[in-house]
Amino acid sequence: MSEAVPTNGATPLLEFRRVNTHYGAVHILKDVDLAIYPGELVCLLGGNASGKSTTLKTLLGMVTPTSGEVVLDGEVVNDKPTSYRVINGVTMVPENRRLFKRLSVKENLQLGAYLRNDKGGIAEDLERIYELFPRVRERLSQKSGTLSGGEQQMVAIGRALMSRPRVLLMDEPSMGLAPALVQQNFELIQQIHSEGVAIFMVEQNANMALSIADRGWVLQTGRVVLDDTAEALMANPELRASYLGEG
Amino acid sequence: MNERAMDLPRSAVDQNWPHVLRWGLVCGLVLVSLCLVGMPVELDKRAIIERHLSLGYLFVLLVPIAIGWVSSTLLVLEGVENRRQGLYDLVTGLVVGLIGGGVLSLLMVALDNWNLRDPLVNWSPQLFRFLTYENGMGFGAAAWLCTGALLGLAGAALHVVPSVVRRTTAFVVFGLFFLSVLEAAISDLSEGFGLESLTDWLYAKKGGLTVTSTIVVGLVIGAASMVTRGRVKAATNRYRDMEGAERQKASMILFVVVAVLCIVLPMFLGKIMNELLANVGIFLLLALGLNIVVGLAGLLDLGYVAFFAVGGYTTAVLTSPNSPWFAPELHFGVALVFVVIAAGLTGLLIGAPVIRMRGDYLAIVTLGFGEIIRLLFMSDWLGPYFGGAQGITNIPGVDLGFATVKGTDPRSVFYLVLVFCAIAIYTSWRLQASRLGRAWMAVREDEQVAEAMGINTVNAKLMAFVVGAVLASFSGAVLAAKVGSIFPTSFMILVSIIILVVVIVGGMGNIAGVLVGSFVLIGVLGGPKQPGLLQEFQNYKLLIYGILLVFMMLKRPEGLVPSARRSRELHQDEFLQDAWLQGDKLESEEEEGTVVTATVSTGEVGGAEE
Repeated sequence: MSEAVPTNGATPLLEFRRVNTHYGAVHILKDVDLAIYPGELVCLLGGNASGKSTTLKTLLGMVTPTSGEVVLDGEVVNDKPTSYRVINGVTMVPENRRLFKRLSVKENLQLGAYLRNDKGGIAEDLERIYELFPRVRERLSQKSGTLSGGEQQMVAIGRALMSRPRVLLMDEPSMGLAPALVQQNFELIQQIHSEGVAIFMVEQNANMALSIADRGWVLQTGRVVLDDTAEALMANPELRASYLGEG
Repeated sequence: MNERAMDLPRSAVDQNWPHVLRWGLVCGLVLVSLCLVGMPVELDKRAIIERHLSLGYLFVLLVPIAIGWVSSTLLVLEGVENRRQGLYDLVTGLVVGLIGGGVLSLLMVALDNWNLRDPLVNWSPQLFRFLTYENGMGFGAAAWLCTGALLGLAGAALHVVPSVVRRTTAFVVFGLFFLSVLEAAISDLSEGFGLESLTDWLYAKKGGLTVTSTIVVGLVIGAASMVTRGRVKAATNRYRDMEGAERQKASMILFVVVAVLCIVLPMFLGKIMNELLANVGIFLLLALGLNIVVGLAGLLDLGYVAFFAVGGYTTAVLTSPNSPWFAPELHFGVALVFVVIAAGLTGLLIGAPVIRMRGDYLAIVTLGFGEIIRLLFMSDWLGPYFGGAQGITNIPGVDLGFATVKGTDPRSVFYLVLVFCAIAIYTSWRLQASRLGRAWMAVREDEQVAEAMGINTVNAKLMAFVVGAVLASFSGAVLAAKVGSIFPTSFMILVSIIILVVVIVGGMGNIAGVLVGSFVLIGVLGGPKQPGLLQEFQNYKLLIYGILLVFMMLKRPEGLVPSARRSRELHQDEFLQDAWLQGDKLESEEEEGTVVTATVSTGEVGGAEE
């Protein structure tokens, strides 16, 4: 790992050690190393088909690596199911929000807490989410598919928070949102981050993502080509040329 | 909205002729197809009002009314208060009906001049006599042109008149229709209460309402509809808005009323009606099970009949002395334990290999499994065990000590089915609100995201298969006890399809909908082999099922009885969604200082994104 990692010898919360994945014969991720530390806000940049979504699915256990290790709190979890990782604080906000459209907002939130059994805690977290998003409370019995894009985003994040995550994996959080909402959305992510949740964000909107992130990686055809602090990445001429729409 | 209003033609001068012509031809085509499938002639035998109106004519006459109504309503946006265009609507309806009548007259000319009996079985002199009222070509053509136009006009007029008139007319017409069509049931019921004189007064000797009773009952229904206007809706809304203890109390009262009705009513009913109710119950049980698989978990299982068969055969083998290979002659109650085990195992067996498949593929594979099970029971290979095509006969009824449930006493069968239905309804209801129920719904909505939430989707889907299988096997067990014999032909693929239609028409994922669906379809139209109340429809049952299915999928995918929550949303959606979009629009206008020219469409509620 590079010198950019701001550790004081802490264990990474979630880690890739030389992970390779295949879909059939197609080699997707190639020797990928990643480490997400507690409370960090990091981002993964990359163009289409660079393996960003596969990275998320592998972190969450929906794709099993063909070689290498996925490590959660120092434990190799390659063989553990998704539910194990969710219980241990890894949660995803899927691309395009993907709410359960015909279910009510409340049911969506409850499904976020599917693996939890502490009724009191769930009720508490529901309250917390209503405080965070007062508009969600107004829409509780509404079918989530009928909400506006911004409201859907709130529910999607709320649903993820219901599992009390320690790290939130966000797949293209600004995709499909109106420009005004993108800014609002990033503020929201910062707010959640400020409450101590680590955030791993996959983004095409590199400018915006790097402006709030601590560190970032750039993925190209399944390989990590850049790994640095957000500031350094922002200043990197190559990156500016290919992702920030300059030159 | 203003723009749209301006686009609409405001007088007959701006009449949208292509639209009128199109609907006129639709009207004509529907009439001609109805005639050529032979429906009017066959249904002519059944009188609705003695000597004056038969079911056959009623069907033909309803077409211009319905299409006149539809063609003049078409520009109305769903959820928006009915637009009244007056003259425009009336002219549309009139011309649509006229064209329809014209097309029918052309059919008459064709009937008179050519013989196409060979491909078209119903191209018959009877049809010609039916269409011309036995008065010759000229009269027939003139009559149909006039009636077509008048009925089309009437259909359109329904749209123009105040809603009170519309409502009252609809109530009177449908009330009388049902009163007449349900003659057998009503006579049976009133005889049970010792009210034969009422039946004699209501119905003519040869069937159908008498003229006097039509007028009197029509007036009564009209008055009743005026009185109840708004009250029923207010009551349901009040019930929906109730909370906590109050709602519990209301539900309790409702439950007791329904339970008492279910228990007491059959005592006053004759054999035929009880037989019918028992059939409805058997299919309701199946539909409740399939509702869990398709409605809740979203797994399109077209081979559901397999579990019905397993239930039936397991009961037969374990209880009948005639079972060819192994005949322990167990009591029904004991056998039931094994039925549940067998069905659960079959559910796992069929579920496990197909669980990774989705949508269409799952449907195709389960369709295959459904047939495989039936063919296995019929095969020579398993013949020594299950009797092959001869099936298993001599299945005893259910000995309860104080009474025996058997097919010759349909009332007892109904009570037995009632118990199972109550269990099934309670289970479905509890499951819906449970963790497992939520997992099913999540899998139905988005399997991948459900998995990302930590739901074990494979287990959830297998559980749906197993629960569905067990409910279907109960139904099979009751069928075995009721009929007393089990044959492979009782488990045709058609059973799966009909149950699926019941679930879809009633409302997927919704218990009340499934109840209504079973009563309306199985009770009124009939099951795959069981006749319903409208025995005249026997030959057209599948046609009607098919049309209903297509219509429901296109126009009302949420079913006849959408769940309370869903219907409330559907009512609010159109208005609220507009408001939100407007609100968001305003917000973004404020933020960006640009004018967003989003057209507000009430139709695209689901896909709304900024």
